[in-house]
Amino acid sequence: MSADKPAGAGDPAGEDKPKTAPDAPKADAPKTDAPKGDTPSAEGTKAQAHGEPGTQGAAEGALPAQREDLGEVIAVRRGMFGPRDGGDTSGYGGLVRTVRLPGGSSRPYGSYFDEVADELEGALEEQGLDPEAVIEKTVVDRDELTFHISREHLLAVCRTLRDDPALRFEYCTGVSGVHFPEDRGRELRAVYHLRSLTHNRIIRLEVSAPDADPHIPSVVEVYPTNDWHERETYDFFGIIFDGHPALTRIMMPDDWQGFPQRKDYPLGGIPVEYKGAQIPAPDQRRSYS
Amino acid sequence: MSTPQDTSQDAPQDSPQDTAGSPDAFATGRETTEGTVYTVSGGDWGEVAEAAAKSDDEKIIVNMGPQHPSTHGVLRLILEIDGETVTEARCGIGYLHTGIEKNLEYRTWTQGTTFVTRMDYLTPFFNETAYCLAVEKLLGITDDVPDRASVIRVLLMELNRISSHLVAIATGGMELGATTVMIYGFRDREHVLDLFELITGLRMNHAFVRPGGLAQDLPPGTVDALREFIRKMDRNLPEYDKLCTGNPVFKARLEDIGYLDLAGCMALGATGPILRSTGLPHDLRKAQPYCGYEDYEFDVPTTDTCDSFGRFLIRVEEMRQSLRIIEQCVDRLEPGPVMVADKKIAWPAQLALGPDGLGNSLDHIRNIMGTSMEALIHHFKLVTEGFRVPPGQAYSAVESPKGELGVHVVSDGGTRPYRVHFRDPSFTNLQSMAAMCEGGMIADVIVAVASIDPVMGGVDR
Repeated sequence: MSADKPAGAGDPAGEDKPKTAPDAPKADAPKTDAPKGDTPSAEGTKAQAHGEPGTQGAAEGALPAQREDLGEVIAVRRGMFGPRDGGDTSGYGGLVRTVRLPGGSSRPYGSYFDEVADELEGALEEQGLDPEAVIEKTVVDRDELTFHISREHLLAVCRTLRDDPALRFEYCTGVSGVHFPEDRGRELRAVYHLRSLTHNRIIRLEVSAPDADPHIPSVVEVYPTNDWHERETYDFFGIIFDGHPALTRIMMPDDWQGFPQRKDYPLGGIPVEYKGAQIPAPDQRRSYS
Repeated sequence: MSTPQDTSQDAPQDSPQDTAGSPDAFATGRETTEGTVYTVSGGDWGEVAEAAAKSDDEKIIVNMGPQHPSTHGVLRLILEIDGETVTEARCGIGYLHTGIEKNLEYRTWTQGTTFVTRMDYLTPFFNETAYCLAVEKLLGITDDVPDRASVIRVLLMELNRISSHLVAIATGGMELGATTVMIYGFRDREHVLDLFELITGLRMNHAFVRPGGLAQDLPPGTVDALREFIRKMDRNLPEYDKLCTGNPVFKARLEDIGYLDLAGCMALGATGPILRSTGLPHDLRKAQPYCGYEDYEFDVPTTDTCDSFGRFLIRVEEMRQSLRIIEQCVDRLEPGPVMVADKKIAWPAQLALGPDGLGNSLDHIRNIMGTSMEALIHHFKLVTEGFRVPPGQAYSAVESPKGELGVHVVSDGGTRPYRVHFRDPSFTNLQSMAAMCEGGMIADVIVAVASIDPVMGGVDR
């Protein structure tokens, strides 16, 4: 589907637009199912929706979510191939591609997402917190619900999600870090997936921190399972989880310098000679930006 | 833990051979171009022994592993023991860290399966399928994956569940001294590996499941081999019951050992047989079906003993249920494609055995070299550059033999994964080791760890 991008790569100006354009109709495509999503029995329709052949992956549970914005720009890529030092004589050097992650959605979100969002906002208001300030953005994409939470409220949100009977996300699958070095002020992300066994639901929380101040509150006191997960994310990304009982390296040796999974950390590797030719290390080979 | 520094700081005057009087002399650091270099000096083992003799408590810190036959690979258990009782237990991991997640960011999406299959090397098909389901979700082609591919995925995963459980039971038995269980387990696992070899060409590290479907269709003779396997396993599985289930020695070693109740599992995020041994029938194959699991008939076995014996019983019963699913898979196999129809994603070539080994099929080579220039270009672009995946993130989870295997994948719209994170069940479950072992005997640590069934390839990645 998107693999034909290189074919249209000769048109630098158009490169940006088709990127988002195919996404938009796709999110709108299941709109005909919108009434289905409004009924509270979206959970029940899931099974039959799944069985329908030929429906798109996004059709499950009817997903009428609309985009508020075009999406968050996380990077701008130039050129077609890896080298940035002027070695590219292919004529593709002038290409510019803006990388946008799916943007915030507006209601209705579809599936069980509206219910979860309502309950969470209600519960936060009961605690005297302003949902607008706590939840920076809500993204519905590919049948998944993501709350972008401001980091100072992460602990309160997690506790609410775990303890509120209508939410009951009692089970956390750990934290995964992501590094967007070009997204100024929001370089480091911690991504949590929370599962509710009671209601059979799963949601995602995303928290960001700037590179200059890589602090995110630890959720170990709410989800003790995140003990090792947070250590791993600290080890690889350098995100400091405040309040963690013993935030030390877990995979890398204790005296290791740097955070290996950050994008600016080199992969390493050495060129290998094979039948007289030098095969460059994987991070030195041609890549497609 | 008593370290040389501690004791020598207590009594610096008693050590006249010390190079310097200041405590700094014991470990000074200096900056070099290759990082900080520490010079460790001072300390005297005689003093350490003396101090240990003077303190009248019996507490000793024992490092079990990282090279120890009963720790399932390079797992290091740090045990504080008082006599035979374990008072504190901690894990040291990371000895098998290979940077797979980082490496994935430098290969195409399809090449990713070659890496992920090596994570938990006892459950390669679960790693591959979980990764491919996540990539397919990002591509939006989840429903386009052909039925035959899904059936074969289920088939391979259930075979894999049997082989993984067999290793868990076999090595667990061996660590108790029950070598017969070990021999039986590896004997039956060999049958499964033979099937893997027949289907994928390899016994481990298959990279057979690919984004969009499978690398290959089943070779001729597979269905017969599967039916033969089912017959064999129907005969062999009761032997584990005969050997272990009613065996008083086996029961005495496993019952009430490695206790972790439902609240503990929830807090520590334990899944799989550990969670089901508390009586909660949570299984992602039932709760959030993938690959068409909702169409298969099988039960989720549970026990309510919360102990190692319950986990053993669950593993044996799950193998029986897996056999049931495999039978249903064999009946469901219908001719059809095993890769999505979209030629922009599907790998262009099929494999065939040539005079120089396995490679691209001759028909395909004839086509790209002799007939179609476009096919050649297409092949070249897909193989060297790969396909692009629209930006965004996705999480997919499968029920591996050890619990919830989750994959968080982020794409930036490029031909390579921007970030892939595996939530490996072994990694999470291993955290519960301390809760299971503290207060018990040393010999029970081995049983408890065996009932967690950690595989360090998955833990460290």
